[in-house]
Amino acid sequence: MTLRIVLGVLLTLVIVAALGLPIVQQPQHWYEFPSIPGLEEKARIIFFHVPTAWLSVMAFVTSMIYGIRYLRRKDPIDDLTSASAAGLGLLFCVLATVTGAVWAKFNWGSYWNWDPRETSIFVLLLIYGAYFSLRAAVEVEEKRATLSSVYSIIAAVTVPFFVFIMPRIMTGLHPGAKGDPDGAGPVIEFKMSPNMRVVFFSSLIAFTLLFLWMLSLRVRIARLEYHHQPKG
Amino acid sequence: MSAHESTTLRWIRAAVAVFLKDWRSELRTRYAMSALVMFVVTTISIILFSLGGEGASPEVLAGMLWVVIFFAAMSGLSRTFVMEEERGTGMTLQLLTPPGAVFAGKLLFNLVLGAGLTLLTVVLYAFFINGFIVRTLSIFLITITLGSIGLAAASTIIAAIIARANTKGTLYPVLSFPILLPLLMTVINATRLASDGAPLGEATGEFQILISYIVVVITVSIMLFEYIWKD
Repeated sequence: MTLRIVLGVLLTLVIVAALGLPIVQQPQHWYEFPSIPGLEEKARIIFFHVPTAWLSVMAFVTSMIYGIRYLRRKDPIDDLTSASAAGLGLLFCVLATVTGAVWAKFNWGSYWNWDPRETSIFVLLLIYGAYFSLRAAVEVEEKRATLSSVYSIIAAVTVPFFVFIMPRIMTGLHPGAKGDPDGAGPVIEFKMSPNMRVVFFSSLIAFTLLFLWMLSLRVRIARLEYHHQPKG
Repeated sequence: MSAHESTTLRWIRAAVAVFLKDWRSELRTRYAMSALVMFVVTTISIILFSLGGEGASPEVLAGMLWVVIFFAAMSGLSRTFVMEEERGTGMTLQLLTPPGAVFAGKLLFNLVLGAGLTLLTVVLYAFFINGFIVRTLSIFLITITLGSIGLAAASTIIAAIIARANTKGTLYPVLSFPILLPLLMTVINATRLASDGAPLGEATGEFQILISYIVVVITVSIMLFEYIWKD
């Protein structure tokens, strides 16, 4: 209950601040964002696009952790949690891809450029797709849980090649890529102004809470369905 | 110490026995081999028809080589595990052999099959496709070797997974592709370097990625195989 209220208030504030606060050439008040040449109003995407991409990776990790827990304890609820997290991850992955593609059309000229980070989110989409095709193809519950847990673990150890290593060692359009004048590295040197940074990190926190809330809802539903299904 | 040594020895002997069993049954039916050979021949002839006598740039041809190898692997490398399910021999193997040895045997079988497949594809490709040139042979040979090892490693564990599912044929490329993509992108890059005539040192990064990929995939496979294999 408290989570819901905190989440509602925080997300409202983030949305209002991210969309409503003015972007001006020379910021003089605390609520004005500086204009970045070449981006201007389009800079606002960072408040939504980055958190959705971050969530889709976090959901993937959550799914893997619950997959490992399932393999160790064989508790069907762990498998339900793993699948629920993967479902949310797929949703946020699609959101991050679509928002990014639309934005890229207006800023980089085309919807898709096969920039390393675009490749990595594409791979993440493929993995989610493969994960759900695998779940659909196995009918026995225990077997489905085991196989999908194993698959998500295998995917999780090979994907870091993409999500974390490739975007750093290859030249690309996203910040933090090789050849970025602000330096390539696992942690991007934020050149955001302090007030933008506050909104950005609040947005990250709000989206993380949103994920936790949605996950707990989905797990509760899945648990009810699991306990109410006719026992054969 | 001697007890420990004898278990290791027994394990190795079991793995080799699994490999020999698969090999013998493969030589009897030639199921995977004929599938692989026909797939490679068909795909290369389709490429020849679609090129229609026109050359393509070496970069495109370098990528296309791995398209042929990937899809050919998807047609034959699942055989070792699917066969056990279809014949119902999986249970007996579970009772008699430790899971690790089963996996090692199957991996060995797929390594041999994968090496043969790569060799065949490269020979046919070099023979029939005109624009395909390799300027740095050393990069090319290392890439082919590491690539076929990585391909066999990843497709063995995925084959073990899909053998347990209902729709085996279609699911195999769907599950393998995301896992194999890091490998494919790296080998395509390295093959391009080889056909551009880059010096050996320039491909070190690619080789490092390939080797770490192989190590990671095999380690995880050995750790997880028991869960897939045991009923």
